[in-house]
Amino acid sequence: MNEITNTSTTQMMPTSSPVASPATVLQIFLEFLLIGATSFGGGVVAYLRNGLITKRGWLDDKSFVELLSISQSLPGLNSTNMAILVGDKLRGLSGALAGIVGMCLPGGLLMFAVGMVYRQHGDHPLATAALKGVAAAAVGLILATAVQLGKKSLEHVADAVFVLATIIGVNRLHFSVLTVLLVVGIIATFWYRPGVERKRSASS
Amino acid sequence: MKELPAVFRVFAYLSLLTVGGGMAAFPEMKILTVEVHHWLTFPQLVHLYSVGQMAPGPNMMMIVSIGEWAAGILGAIVAVFAFFGPTSLLTLLVGRLWNRLVSWPWRNSIQDGLAPVSIGLLLAGCFTFARGAVTGFDTAAIAVGTLLILLRYKVNPALLVLAAAIIGVLSF
Repeated sequence: MNEITNTSTTQMMPTSSPVASPATVLQIFLEFLLIGATSFGGGVVAYLRNGLITKRGWLDDKSFVELLSISQSLPGLNSTNMAILVGDKLRGLSGALAGIVGMCLPGGLLMFAVGMVYRQHGDHPLATAALKGVAAAAVGLILATAVQLGKKSLEHVADAVFVLATIIGVNRLHFSVLTVLLVVGIIATFWYRPGVERKRSASS
Repeated sequence: MKELPAVFRVFAYLSLLTVGGGMAAFPEMKILTVEVHHWLTFPQLVHLYSVGQMAPGPNMMMIVSIGEWAAGILGAIVAVFAFFGPTSLLTLLVGRLWNRLVSWPWRNSIQDGLAPVSIGLLLAGCFTFARGAVTGFDTAAIAVGTLLILLRYKVNPALLVLAAAIIGVLSF
């Protein structure tokens, strides 16, 4: 608590962010480094919420949800997009850089090492046996994510049609992901065009 | 060294496809890294991706391993910059313009339209991935078991993946 009030008086740099923020660039880096090093098992959003709102008090719930909704509607991973948006909100460009570097550093270094070990020993029978189990579990994990997302955001028959069209376009017709994303994305966006009474995000 | 420009191109392109998550880019990642550039085999890609799910932080840091295989330590660094640079810049710009976009009526339309597409891309990526990961009755059982446990109980997925690794070793 003390360190937060102290640092708010030490202006580290002229900031472009509109609000004077209690977080220094170093604190942003360290918090994201911690989240990047401890968020095992996916679900980084829960770790972010805990670290940024509950522990640090840098954001309120409302702005967290708003930043998350920006993250989700843009290309890029939710976790790194959140690091950019939160860092920028707290300390401008240097905050954004501190956030994303901290977020990526632990996992990146780990996967650098894992990649080298795997290249040398990946064809060891025990490694192959373990990885076979890991890969199979990853399929279940991804399907669970899809089910949870689907429960939250699929409401109309049209949504199911868009989901199917996307899968068929990629897996059966072998169009590039970019083509399918643009074609189905534009059709779906037009389906939910402004003024048509189909939309469900009226709440936002 | 001669692979560096290709590493940059591939991962910058893949990053633009990650709408709704990294898995959306998986079918294209398979084509580009395995079939076009031969940086690794499909089973290796499936393995690296799966191990990457256990690592903390963003769940696509396995791009570091691919970059390193393709072009050494510089390749790893280039892969990270290519994969996170362009999308981060876009996010920064849109984030700053967001207040103006709030009143833009098409914003909700885009969000509503992209929701089913991103779930479709997640599933399409999953099916491509499963072709390399689910190869028989035993792996199918692990996949379905993991799915059912995750839907029913609140468990850390990393623990389930770890358990699956142990099952894999024991059944070896």
